[in-house]
Amino acid sequence: MYRSNVLVCGGTGCTSSHSLLIAEKLKEELKAKGLDKEVNVITTGCFGLCALGPIMVVYPEGSFYSMVKVEDVPEIVEEHLNKGRIVTRLLYQETVENDTIKSLNKTAFYEKQHRVALRNCGVIDPEKIDDYIANDGYAALGKVLTEMTPEQVIQTMLDSGLRGRGGAGFPTGLKWKFAAGNDADQKYVCCNADEGDPGAFMDRSVLEGDPHVVLEAMAIAGYAIGASQGYIYVRAEYPIAVKRLQIAIDQAHEYGLLGEDIFGTGFNFDIKLRLGAGAFVCGEETALMTSIEGKRGEPRPRPPFPAVKGLYRKPTILNNVETYANIPQIILKGADWFASMGTEKSKGTKVFALGGKINHTGLVEVPMGTTLRTIVEEIGGGIPNGKKFKAAQTGGPSGGCIPAEHLDVPIDYDNLIAIGSMMGSGGLIVMDEDNCMVDIAKFFLEFTVDESCGKCTPCRIGTKRLLEMLDKITKGQGTMEMLDEMEDLCNYIKANSLCGLGQTAPNPVLSTLRYFKDEYIAHVVDHKCPAGVCKDLLEFRIEKDKCFGCGMCAKKCPVGAITVTDYTAPGKKKPAYEIDTTKCIKCGACIATCKFNAVFKG
Amino acid sequence: MKSLAELQAIRDRARAQIELRQENPNAAKVLVGMATCGIAAGARPVLNAFTEEIAKRGLTKDVTVTQTGCIGICQYEPVVEVEVPGQEKVTYVKVAPEMVPRIVNDHLVNHNVVTEYTIGAIK
Repeated sequence: MYRSNVLVCGGTGCTSSHSLLIAEKLKEELKAKGLDKEVNVITTGCFGLCALGPIMVVYPEGSFYSMVKVEDVPEIVEEHLNKGRIVTRLLYQETVENDTIKSLNKTAFYEKQHRVALRNCGVIDPEKIDDYIANDGYAALGKVLTEMTPEQVIQTMLDSGLRGRGGAGFPTGLKWKFAAGNDADQKYVCCNADEGDPGAFMDRSVLEGDPHVVLEAMAIAGYAIGASQGYIYVRAEYPIAVKRLQIAIDQAHEYGLLGEDIFGTGFNFDIKLRLGAGAFVCGEETALMTSIEGKRGEPRPRPPFPAVKGLYRKPTILNNVETYANIPQIILKGADWFASMGTEKSKGTKVFALGGKINHTGLVEVPMGTTLRTIVEEIGGGIPNGKKFKAAQTGGPSGGCIPAEHLDVPIDYDNLIAIGSMMGSGGLIVMDEDNCMVDIAKFFLEFTVDESCGKCTPCRIGTKRLLEMLDKITKGQGTMEMLDEMEDLCNYIKANSLCGLGQTAPNPVLSTLRYFKDEYIAHVVDHKCPAGVCKDLLEFRIEKDKCFGCGMCAKKCPVGAITVTDYTAPGKKKPAYEIDTTKCIKCGACIATCKFNAVFKG
Repeated sequence: MKSLAELQAIRDRARAQIELRQENPNAAKVLVGMATCGIAAGARPVLNAFTEEIAKRGLTKDVTVTQTGCIGICQYEPVVEVEVPGQEKVTYVKVAPEMVPRIVNDHLVNHNVVTEYTIGAIK
């Protein structure tokens, strides 16, 4: 029995800042001090507060160490784990208040969160099935197989009001009901772990922190619809997730929780991994299934829907990782418990990957209906450097921008659609006054142009033409007619594309046109980029009356565009400098260097 | 896995370790003095004895065992403080591993302070 547990975050964020080296060093130090039988070192999944990684939490005290370095490990071992003196300087400073240490759950970042899908992330060792079982893992599968009929399982899902967390928000129970209603000799259960939105890492964190929950939920789905085979389609760019999933599958086999005659009920279920090569379109359900079959990942028209003809032309259900992560708890705690969270039409919680201009970059899970303001200002800790909130982008390349005027809208599927964005899988990128909305629209469109599979014309050519127009606008070559033309083209692409990729690709353009038309007009009419992002519209200049003539900017300028003039401002001792705009490459080094704020762009 | 009972057995076995990772504000606290004086007087085996005994009795959720620094009565080390919520803190002195099962049983389970081990019993 260990007296103390040290949890080291092994999520992707912390791993990239060497948390695994920290775990190694910890084990080494503990062994050297003879504490390795008393203190247990566990590598967990993501804690969510990625901005402060690498993260280490010591229980039973619950001390939350942030930004730990390998060099800090001997001090933590000697002071804290050996002598019981918490190393206050390394604690997450929000947990330290008037010399007392408060619980992590009382900090602004965690207090408003409600962890359902992420409940095991940062708690269990994802590579140990016993840890998962200790937290009631596989109990839901046991309950379903021994106490419930498939119809009851589906009814529970319907009653819970769970909707697909991949973005579209289709009721999960309904999907299962359709698949269960189709007779076939073979049916399939698939898991969409092909998370592709830029800046989104919710599914990745669930897979890395709690892989067994996905396996358990897929087996439950298999029982409900009458399938014996499952596939997880996960992108190969998630090596940690792939590794932990494979370990989890092997362990579940060893315990007989996958395979034949599970719990002695005669129910058979097996799961195979399929690695995706990272094509964004393969996150679309029909393309994903085509890819599992070993063919080129391209979508096909629906109907027939996958519940009728899916993988290998058999009835198939496909759910997202986060959807699955909710299911075992719905079974154990009941549909009413789940339906008690959230809004009228969107039940439960939603995980968001917070990114962009925000202090607490990381992973948060909040009940549906939480306002954007709560997420950004309270949980997210606001915007760095006192800048002003401009917009939040949800739904990645399929979503839109939510301006400041809608900060108080309760977030759920339907409200987001109503304000021109969408839930998407949960990426939430915060933008401040330094972000140019035309540039943002261009960024996402570049992504969809790259990722369009090319099968249908509206998407392949339409998005390309749209991008060309945006590009012209950011170069100051746009016209007012072009804005109207763009809007028409957007609506055409939406209406005519084959799959979700094309149907949603114009959303970033449409929503920025809707809320930030003045910025587009500034680019087109005034040839100015108000946020100072679009390089072609920028000009750098030195305000000569503010220039002290120190010459720092001239030294930093990589192209030698800054030279001294013969003008000395009143009250200054040295002559001012000026920028030769024909040589200037607009890198911004001069602005960053000037101590007197004498350099301006615009 | 052929039965729910098997799953339950694994769950119970693994439960104690997980419970250590959940904060319970109402848990009783066992604080073992682990400054240099405490360690020199043999506090480490005492600390481990508490951990073992509490796990054995399935109390990991209700009792947290942690270290604390020197509380200034070095001649009486190993010193152990037991705080049961709603009751006054009790200080046990010169604690040896053999005394631990009784403290856990009498004090933490049955709420009877083991008076003869406390600092008040010292003559």
